[in-house]
Amino acid sequence: MSVIRTENLTYTYSIGTPFEKTAVNNVNLEIEEGELAGIIGHTGSGKSTLIQHFNGLIKPTSGKIYIDGQDIWGKDVKIRDIRFKVGLVFQYPEYQIFEETVYKDIAFGPKNMGLPEEEIDRRIKEIAELVGLHKENLYKSPFELSGGQKRRVAIAGVMAMEPKVLILDEPTAGLDPKGRDKILGQIKDYHRHKKSTVLLVSHSMEDMAKFADKILVMNKAEVFCYDDTPKVFARSEELEQIGLAVPQITRVFNRLKQSGIDIRTDVYTVEFARKTILEYLEKRGGKNA
Amino acid sequence: MLKDITIGQYFPGNSAVHRLDPRFKIIITGVFIGMLFSADGFLGLAVGAVFLLISFLLSQIPLKLMIKSLKPIVPIILFTSVLNIFFLDGVPLLRLGFIKITDEGLRTSAFMIIRIIALIMGSSLLTYTTSPIILTDAIERLLSPLKKIKLPVHELAMMMTIALRFIPTLIEETDKIMSAQKARGADMETGSLVQRAKALTPILIPLFVSAFRRAEELATAMECRCYRGGDGRTRLRQLHSTGADFFALGLSILFLDAVLLLNCLIG
Repeated sequence: MSVIRTENLTYTYSIGTPFEKTAVNNVNLEIEEGELAGIIGHTGSGKSTLIQHFNGLIKPTSGKIYIDGQDIWGKDVKIRDIRFKVGLVFQYPEYQIFEETVYKDIAFGPKNMGLPEEEIDRRIKEIAELVGLHKENLYKSPFELSGGQKRRVAIAGVMAMEPKVLILDEPTAGLDPKGRDKILGQIKDYHRHKKSTVLLVSHSMEDMAKFADKILVMNKAEVFCYDDTPKVFARSEELEQIGLAVPQITRVFNRLKQSGIDIRTDVYTVEFARKTILEYLEKRGGKNA
Repeated sequence: MLKDITIGQYFPGNSAVHRLDPRFKIIITGVFIGMLFSADGFLGLAVGAVFLLISFLLSQIPLKLMIKSLKPIVPIILFTSVLNIFFLDGVPLLRLGFIKITDEGLRTSAFMIIRIIALIMGSSLLTYTTSPIILTDAIERLLSPLKKIKLPVHELAMMMTIALRFIPTLIEETDKIMSAQKARGADMETGSLVQRAKALTPILIPLFVSAFRRAEELATAMECRCYRGGDGRTRLRQLHSTGADFFALGLSILFLDAVLLLNCLIG
């Protein structure tokens, strides 16, 4: 069963004023349980607005959202319960940290859920290890930590709620490449470990290529496509037309193809590119011999 | 919801009133307030009202907006008029037990209501047609003679400018932090007063932290660009007064004179 399903979801900002703008237009989506999906799109394409619908922070202008088959704006649904089911990590989440210690800050979400102390303690220790926070750091003030560490504390704060769906909005914004890979790796570990659904918003095609099994492309408030990563990148020309840069390595292969070399173009990671080139050379070398 | 708050209710436009030199606009508003308070009778108020009507028509501000500006003062208007109607002595027009309504009471309360409404509309017209930043700029210029008595006029104006500049930023920030804490299950809508006050901690602390961070960044950025206070500083926006400004000022003084003359003639 799909864990998130939307039906003609539409959201319009500032209705009835000159600033009226449709941010999400007639979106029909089904996201299966356990998926590791990326959401990509231009600034202003509606991706941030879309994900805020999934945990009920924004009420749609029209259309329906089903989480686990349940209409979240239905009569008997407590929206707070939906927020525990669908965890949302905002952009620059380190700015929401407020507690005296890292431990207490991570505990904020689980405490709001009303979990017993021992369970909270277990979760914090488990998640801290998963995101690479040292034990001695747990009792420090979060404001003493480095930027990257603060970010991991904030992400851990949502992960500790163990939501069925974890959504992260640009979790790597403003980090150096090393920090980026580290956080993406940890999110992937979390996905493997917890078997939960993870959605990741990003505008870096490189990150997406490395990270996501499926990609949702948003364009001008509408869903452009939602498909397996290789299939999405195979449409690289269309992607470039709507102004999204495909990974550099994909561009290289497109150029190779254009210059008359018979090679596949659905290549989007360096690792796979290496394999493809070696295969190609072997094939050609075989012919020559 | 926080986004709906508008502060510094500037309504952009390019009317004759918009284009007036802000310094003159402030002085003219002062003269207009002078008209309202020196008027002894309804005739004097009427002169002030005509002046307001002319400026309003010239400004091309929608009437709806002007009426909206009166909303917050409705309680004050009601309160003063009720007090005036019931507690002023004069010829009783109506008696209901110990309550009596006098002609003097009715007259005074009508006079007060008109005066307050005109006062608010006139000053709203100033803020509707002048952006807050330009307004502080003009205030700085008007107050600059006070530098002689060591009043830090430039610093005060700069503080006002920065405060105005960061209000929308902080509102946006508060919105974001609230959403983030709600996503972690923070409950701000239910519970007792104490519980709700406590629920504000997760919002206020990050907000303060970010305000300090922004202040520090701003200070560094200003220092990097060699900001060192007002002495010898030139301006991006030079204020130029034109014939139209002097004409408008002259007109307002003429109206004030008319009010004073009416007072003498009638009184």
